[in-house]
Amino acid sequence: MGLAELRRDRRAAIAATLAIGIVLAVAPFVIGATAGSTWLRIVDFALLYIMLALGLNIVVGFAGLLDMGYIAFYGVGAYLYALLASPQFGLHWPLWAILPAGAALAGLFGVILGAPTLRLRGDYLAIVTLGFGEIIRIFLNNLNAPVNITNGPQGISGIDPIRIGGVSLAKPIEVLGFTLPSLHAYYYLFLALALAIVFVSIRLENSRIGRAWVAIREDEIAAKACGINTRNVKLLAFAMGATFGGVAGGLFAGFQAFVSPESFSLMESVMVLCMVVLGGMGNIPGVILGGVLLTLLPELFRHGAGPVQQALFGKVVLDPEALRMLLFGLALIAVMLYRPAGLWPSTRRRRELRGNSA
Amino acid sequence: MHFARPGSIPLAVAAAVALAACAEKKEEAPAQPAAPAANAEVTVRLGHVAPLTGPQAHIGKDSENAARMAVDELNARKLEIGGAKVKFALLAEDDQADPKQGTTIAQKLVDEKVNGVIGHLNSGTTLPASRIYSDAGIPQISGSTTNPKYTQQGFATTFRLIANDVQQGQALGLFARQTLNARTVAIIDDRTAYGQGLADEFEKAVLAGGGQVVTREFTTDKATDFAAILTKIKSKRPDLVFFGGLDAQGGPMAKQLKSLGLKAVFLSGDGGCTPEMINLAGAAAEGLYCSLPGVPLERMPGGKAFGDKFSAKYGQIQLHAPYVYDAVMVMADAMQRANSVEPAKYLPEIGKTDYQGVTGRIVFDAKGDLKDGAISLYQVREGKWEYLQSVGGETAQQ
Amino acid sequence: MAMDTFLQQIINGLVLGSIYALVALGYTMVYGIMGLINFAHGEVVMIGALVALTVINLLAGSGLPGIVIALIGLIAAAPVCMATGFAIERIAYRPLRRAPRLAPLITAIGVSIVLQNLAMLIWGRRYHSFPPILPSTGYEIFGATISGLQIAIVVIAALMMAGLSLLVQRTRLGRAMRATAENPQIAQLMGVDINRIISLTFVIGSALAAVAGLMVSANYSIAHYYMGFILGLKAFTAAVLGGIGNLAGAMLGGILLGLIEALGAGYIGDLTGGFLGSHYQDVFAFFVLILVLVFRPSGLVGEKVAERA
Repeated sequence: MGLAELRRDRRAAIAATLAIGIVLAVAPFVIGATAGSTWLRIVDFALLYIMLALGLNIVVGFAGLLDMGYIAFYGVGAYLYALLASPQFGLHWPLWAILPAGAALAGLFGVILGAPTLRLRGDYLAIVTLGFGEIIRIFLNNLNAPVNITNGPQGISGIDPIRIGGVSLAKPIEVLGFTLPSLHAYYYLFLALALAIVFVSIRLENSRIGRAWVAIREDEIAAKACGINTRNVKLLAFAMGATFGGVAGGLFAGFQAFVSPESFSLMESVMVLCMVVLGGMGNIPGVILGGVLLTLLPELFRHGAGPVQQALFGKVVLDPEALRMLLFGLALIAVMLYRPAGLWPSTRRRRELRGNSA
Repeated sequence: MHFARPGSIPLAVAAAVALAACAEKKEEAPAQPAAPAANAEVTVRLGHVAPLTGPQAHIGKDSENAARMAVDELNARKLEIGGAKVKFALLAEDDQADPKQGTTIAQKLVDEKVNGVIGHLNSGTTLPASRIYSDAGIPQISGSTTNPKYTQQGFATTFRLIANDVQQGQALGLFARQTLNARTVAIIDDRTAYGQGLADEFEKAVLAGGGQVVTREFTTDKATDFAAILTKIKSKRPDLVFFGGLDAQGGPMAKQLKSLGLKAVFLSGDGGCTPEMINLAGAAAEGLYCSLPGVPLERMPGGKAFGDKFSAKYGQIQLHAPYVYDAVMVMADAMQRANSVEPAKYLPEIGKTDYQGVTGRIVFDAKGDLKDGAISLYQVREGKWEYLQSVGGETAQQ
Repeated sequence: MAMDTFLQQIINGLVLGSIYALVALGYTMVYGIMGLINFAHGEVVMIGALVALTVINLLAGSGLPGIVIALIGLIAAAPVCMATGFAIERIAYRPLRRAPRLAPLITAIGVSIVLQNLAMLIWGRRYHSFPPILPSTGYEIFGATISGLQIAIVVIAALMMAGLSLLVQRTRLGRAMRATAENPQIAQLMGVDINRIISLTFVIGSALAAVAGLMVSANYSIAHYYMGFILGLKAFTAAVLGGIGNLAGAMLGGILLGLIEALGAGYIGDLTGGFLGSHYQDVFAFFVLILVLVFRPSGLVGEKVAERA
């Protein structure tokens, strides 16, 4: 593979990094100018989903713990931002204080989820984490009485936009006589944090802890016998994964300026899980690919389902909206049938989570 | 957008010839000297956003159908605005009731430079999207969002054609206390922004009217089994059960209420005021009460015609169709008065609207909410919703 | 605490639980044989409900007795469900039998999305109501009521559980199923056609889904392309609660879940001064589930899975 060569050849690696850096830096202008700001907004969301997918990847991909309630951490981060920077309680904390707080609180919830589930595995773990995700959502939906905390199903509106150094990202920013539109500014912020999360992920993967996670995934008893404190290491996986979700959630709340419980439904957890598995569980580039693909695909179908039918048949034969979701479902099936280990599986870990049907 | 295919060319040619003929006729008429170029045609693009997939798709499609029908009618009228013939085009989008997709679509519509937006359907999508429309200066009229916050954000672009939760909840509370004379009330809501908002306002009105709320119960917008909460309610012996939610829950709920032997009167808001409610409640439908913002279609000029035409074309009205139809008409009306389809030019005219729609007389207050809108109450008699009375609104006296 | 109210809540829980059990049996069967959660099972139930309802609505005015119409509806729905189940296994699961464990989970989600939207295209977005063809007379027991249909649901769920257990424990097919569940490779060596056995498992599970679909739509008199999701979720929870893979466990888990929901919604609100009312119904259920799994990691009556499952 090309990647292996890059690892050996330092100059090529630097060149590749530079090239990627330039592409990422000019991307919003190219997208904004050619495809329109809709696609830029979609790319902004894709960056958020990359953060989520990388967070879940730590739990599912590295440690092999099937978590189906991951979106709860996203919700925790988002609601913390909403409560600390909105008229709800009249608080207006700055971003640099909220994001770490959101990450920490989400991490704490990760431990709370992890603690009772340490003995569970596979499908039992899946249903318990799913239940945990639902419990969080139900509390968010109902904590408007007896004391109004979350404003219940109405959601929290009027959330402060993200400000950096006193500059709000919600309005176009003037930099040296040059205007940076709001969506571009959000792009750079999200990109910076996504890159930070990628970096942390890579470092974790190759650390003692990362190897401990893999050991647990491959064989928990053997890992224990090798002196790994499986309890702590598993809890750490839940906590680390959750912090990424908490950060992404805070950004989401500031970006949307509105949060409500319906953004944190079970289907969202399932979607993030699909990104991880479909991209290539445990492989960081694969997971990023999965995140990008599953964010863009439904939007591509949205833009395509109607006009393509028009072009082919001269009229809309099938309801474009139903067709769009139909195609999305078929795409999920087709990708998994064609590449059961994901689109871009890690080379070292092809045999991970092999189903033993006994 | 219509892509021509080879087979349709003869048709297109014929159409062009026919159009040309029409245009010639127009030019003969000397009545319009102001028109600089009589042949110029402007396309007015209206966005419509609602969930078209997922559990609320039937309500979303109903809304879209109404917008489509309004657009078709406007096109049949061959309006001229600012001296140019206008053609209305509907961009129907699906937000799946998901706030994230709500903003993505809002951005898409802004990018496509729509002249106005009808929707969104849910409060959860309308609120975050309204900021994007407001930033772009695009007028937005929702025919279904009932969250009071929608028009309280200080945006000049937000309007709504349906009573908000406060207005409707108040009317329902008054009706329960005064007309139905219910002293003890049990309240159920479906924990959606709509159901909870309405139930909260209903509760306030009942308490303010000296009534007593014996229990407050909850379900979800996906539930089908209500036996447990209804059994609990039965043990509290209320005079009336109020449900804040939609027909998909309300119908089975009314049915289960009866089979459990609960004698209380069953009342719901507009979400339960549909023909579907009667179908789903079956034998338990008789005697149910509900409210709808506005005046009954049959009582409005053009209302019955709208109802018949809609049913013939798309089937039963589900819920918001009349409001959405009016929303498109109000928008077109403002464009005509402003003599411009430019958002910046016709936006001020929306605020000055005084329009006789199929749901009632439409006048906006400073925030963009309906001013003094009537709420009408109905009861099922012999398997049909029968109009009882209207509360508030000048049109109620008509 | 009024006795009649309490008894009514028990009945409510029992009926709801039996409905969960009906769906959970299908999950558990497939899981028991293949160790695979068939996430699309809820959608098969939905297809069953809509096909049955379509036929029933066609016949509703024919003057036939209600029960006969319902049975015809079932006879129409069962083969459609069986074919759907068969196709799901062939297309989405069989090619992935040796793939990483999570791959079939994703295809199952894909199948769910496809079936839902296909149903929306075929049956439209509207709710479909069940015509009043079945007698709705209620029976009074110490102040509580139960309808004939509800009694039938409880009885049918129990009968199906018993029938399936007999099938698995006493027949030749059942022995082949158990052998496949134990170790597919060795079963194959012993002359078991495991492909056929797995297909049959799906077909039987899907026939159960048709029954469940009919029962659900008749009891609540509503069917909808989206009904499978929440039903599947609840049934899956029930199956895990009882110990997934165990038929008696599915029944027990279903009934327990139904009772928790009914009693939780009925009493916990008053016990906590209104703080944890019926809006936390699902929280009670999931809380009990977590509690059970913490102490019995493989469900109430699940087999004790060895440390390395």
